[in-house]
Amino acid sequence: MIASLPPGLPLIVGALLIPLIPGAARRVWTVLLPAIGLWGLVALAPGSHPGFSFLGAEIVPVRVDGLSLIFGYIFHIVAILGAIYALHVRDPAQQAAGMIYAGSGIGAVFAGDLITLFVYWEAMAVSSVILIWARGGARAYRAGMRYLIIQIGSGVLLLSGAILQLRATGSIAFEAMALDSLFSWLVFLAFGIKCAFPFLHNWLQDAYPEATVTGTVFLSAFTTKAAVYALARGFPGTELLIYIGAAMTAFPIFYAVIENDLRRVLAYSLNNQLGFMVVGVGIGTPLAINGAAGHAFAHILYKALLFMSMGAVLYRVGTIKGSELGGLYKSMPLTTVFCIVGAASISAFPLFSGFVAKSLTLSAVAYEGYAVIWLILMFASAGVFHHSGIKIPYFAFFAHDSGKRCREAPWNMLVAMGATAVLCIALGMHAPLLYAILPNPETYEPYTPTHVIGQLQLLMFSALAFSVLIRYRIYPPELRSTNLDVDWLYRRGLPRLVGRGAHALAIGWRSLLDLSLDGLAAAVGSVTRHHRPGGFLARTWPLGSTTLWIAVLLGGVLLISYL
Amino acid sequence: MTETPDSAPTRRRWLDRPGSVDKIYWSVVAVCAGLLPLDFFYHKHTELEIERYFGFYGIYGFVCCVFLVLAAKELRKLLMRGEDYYDR
Repeated sequence: MIASLPPGLPLIVGALLIPLIPGAARRVWTVLLPAIGLWGLVALAPGSHPGFSFLGAEIVPVRVDGLSLIFGYIFHIVAILGAIYALHVRDPAQQAAGMIYAGSGIGAVFAGDLITLFVYWEAMAVSSVILIWARGGARAYRAGMRYLIIQIGSGVLLLSGAILQLRATGSIAFEAMALDSLFSWLVFLAFGIKCAFPFLHNWLQDAYPEATVTGTVFLSAFTTKAAVYALARGFPGTELLIYIGAAMTAFPIFYAVIENDLRRVLAYSLNNQLGFMVVGVGIGTPLAINGAAGHAFAHILYKALLFMSMGAVLYRVGTIKGSELGGLYKSMPLTTVFCIVGAASISAFPLFSGFVAKSLTLSAVAYEGYAVIWLILMFASAGVFHHSGIKIPYFAFFAHDSGKRCREAPWNMLVAMGATAVLCIALGMHAPLLYAILPNPETYEPYTPTHVIGQLQLLMFSALAFSVLIRYRIYPPELRSTNLDVDWLYRRGLPRLVGRGAHALAIGWRSLLDLSLDGLAAAVGSVTRHHRPGGFLARTWPLGSTTLWIAVLLGGVLLISYL
Repeated sequence: MTETPDSAPTRRRWLDRPGSVDKIYWSVVAVCAGLLPLDFFYHKHTELEIERYFGFYGIYGFVCCVFLVLAAKELRKLLMRGEDYYDR
């Protein structure tokens, strides 16, 4: 029965029941739901399932192939892990929102047409913002509002693109398209916003760190990776994506180095990781698409693990600012170990999941001869290790002992982190686990001497650089600060511009008003002057001169009528 | 798990001992020193010209990281504002 439902729908329908289920059963239900969904997905038949016609457009709610399946699997898996991590949460709004969000993400990667995609696209936006607002307070409210406006904006672009495509081609099928028409550009831009392209990226770093402890774990998984899927489906082999992706890998890491909020550091690093996937999509060869999808799969796990460990610190200590943390390995030894596993995975250490996933993309880039892009990706790889691999565990758990002592993370968080860590190591140690579900049948061997030794050299020398910089006190300390990014434009720049514009408008209006009033006063003055008693027009005129003027007027009329 | 912050014994850890951090530092140096000469002992299967140079990965990683940190430090001068910048 489950297998006949569109993927994602069981989670959405089940989530609607959440408020009706009492206490502990409700929390178990949140873990069961994605597990049931995964069970249904495994039994799902491949191919496009029959759809229906709606306003002249062919709606295909379910299209199952290798590309959608790998995203479908990992979305279910991370939903289960996230639900375990959130077992202590008692707020039904967050529980339901998390499941609707996961269900919409899953639905999106199985959508066979742009309208279905749009519906899930917007459902993701609306459900996920609840995970931000649930944090409470004005800061979270405002961050959520900015997030929602941008996400909905992306949906509007997608819908506009879909409608234009329908008018131009008569079809809303979601297939690979070229960037040669307005509708494909609109769709591209919609995906680009959710994929956090440079200059469109800042909603991610703005909103994710403001969400709840458990909400950020959910947020880190779905929206951006659904966008990676959408790009891989809609724009594989689009060369522009190679350059966009390379820029995405490089610039966020500078911010990650100086950012104090460790969950925001992870958000910048998430942006950098998306860059690798976008480059893979841009290269577009079967190996590169495998790289993008495999990287997304591995990334969702280790990024969730890192957000879980930082969430556990925030939950126990009450802050996640690097400047106030340090020495927590004494209080939270297990969380420390899990964080280090996540850090090793994202840094692509051999035997961890990032290594087997990222190698695919790096090799694909090298095979196609993009040397400069490859060098940028290697720079970004060293940078990832630097800020996510070392900085995150170092400033949270080691560095200078902040003197903060707390309890270890709650048991459910430990179980979720432990299970995620096991998956990260299992994928790294046994690459065929991941390679078996990649969309294209390509053979690839990550564990060659060149790959392993090269990667170890890259990483260990990056560690050496960190050690030297810390030892000689060159490394910038963690400071309580805000770093300006593109969001400044719409949080300060635009309001200021509007403020100044409004000011100028007010001054202009005032002058206009003054001028008109002066003019009016002059006109009234002149009328009064002529008509007041004794005025020129109020005088009594002699009959003769009046007759003369009438004759002149009549003569004028006669003249005009003859002309 | 049952430890409360107050009753937690202030046990002295290995990392707290003077000299431990030095030991970690020199181990990293030693590992790097050990990894570099490996380039002599295997045949590199490379796609790009630059990968073939001796010690490319190590040197590139080191230079990149130092550049990254120094550049980010300079960026702070341009980008850093007070923590309450957007709340004011």
